[in-house]
Parts: sequence; structure tokens; C-alpha cells
Amino acid sequence: MSTTENPIRDAIQGALGEHEVLLFMKGTPEAPACGFSARTVAALEALGAPFAAVDILPDPRIRQELSTLSNWPTIPQLFVKGELVGGCDIVSEMYESGELAQVLGVEAPADAPDDAPAAAEPGAPPLQIKNNLV
Amino acid sequence: MPRPEDLKQRIEAAIPGAQASVTDLTGGGDHFRATVVAAEFAQLSRIEQHRRVYGVFGADIGGPIHALSLETKAE
Repeated sequence: MSTTENPIRDAIQGALGEHEVLLFMKGTPEAPACGFSARTVAALEALGAPFAAVDILPDPRIRQELSTLSNWPTIPQLFVKGELVGGCDIVSEMYESGELAQVLGVEAPADAPDDAPAAAEPGAPPLQIKNNLV
Repeated sequence: MPRPEDLKQRIEAAIPGAQASVTDLTGGGDHFRATVVAAEFAQLSRIEQHRRVYGVFGADIGGPIHALSLETKAE
């Protein structure tokens, strides 16, 4: 990969090239730091879809570069094969319509709930509002 | 601190013929949910529909508007 003046953008593009299903989120899948990120993780997990995740919180520039690249202002952002699928609302809608399993190339498990899993209440506030990095 | 009525007005002013209903999810004036119905959405993908609404608020998203959950429809 060519070296540019923007190592964070390079790292984001590198990660997008490397991982077929990639979620940019606040916190980690094990410990999401925001209700919207938690809900998106829960939808992917309910389908048993393997995914990689990037925590955007450690450096505010990650979010800035990501949003510039994707033309999408909020977090989480789910990418499949390098293309933005959407944020929490779109992922939840697609989960319920069956489109998400289709895009991810998985069969929804028989025990997957019909409604998008509510890791938090729909449209929930962040589990943790304070960002120690800013 | 933005109020749901402010968001509703901004959406409806920016997107011709749009009808928006906006709720404050937490009462804190920074987490909102908007349902937006606009004829022009019929020509747009779901991602583009959401981008159109986010675009109304520009840098306010992530600023005073901490979160804006969206549902968009063409009819």
C-alpha cells in the first residue's frame, strides 16, 4: 500500500479491504459503549454472522476520517465487501426484512428472533455518554 | 438545546413536501428519533434517504444532536 500523509485513512481503507464484514462501533462487541452499537452487534450475532469490529473511540480522528470516507455522520457503520450497508436503523430494518442475512450471505438460524434484537431499547441512549478522549 | 419541533421544522423546510415526526428519546435534548415521509425518497436508496436527512443537519449531528435515529419512507 502506498504511504500517504494520512495513516488513519490508510488504516481504515486497509481494514475495509481485509475484512468482508466490518463494523465500526463505539466500544467492542463484548463491551459496546453505546446502545446503537450494541444493537447492531446483537443483530449480527443473532444471525451468527462472523464480523470484524473497529472501536472508533480511542482516537477521534478515526471517526472523522471514517465519516469523510463513507459520507455517513453517525456510528455504528456496517460495511460488507467494502461497501457501507448502513447504521443501526438500516441494519435493524434489514434484519427484520431478511435482507441482512442475504447481504451477509448467511442463513438466519431457526432460533433467530423475528424482531431486531434489542440489546438496548430501540433508539436507546448511549450506555456511556462520557468520552474520555475528547 | 434543540427541541423536537426544531428538528421537524428543519427537515420539512429542507425537503420539499416532507412530513416529519420527531421525538426526544431521553428528554435530554440530544437524542432524537425522526420518522420522515417524502415523495422524493422513492428515487433514493435507503442509505441515500438517510444521508438526505442527516444532510439537513450537517455538523450538528455529532454536535448538539448527539444521535438521530431515522426511519424514512417514500409514501
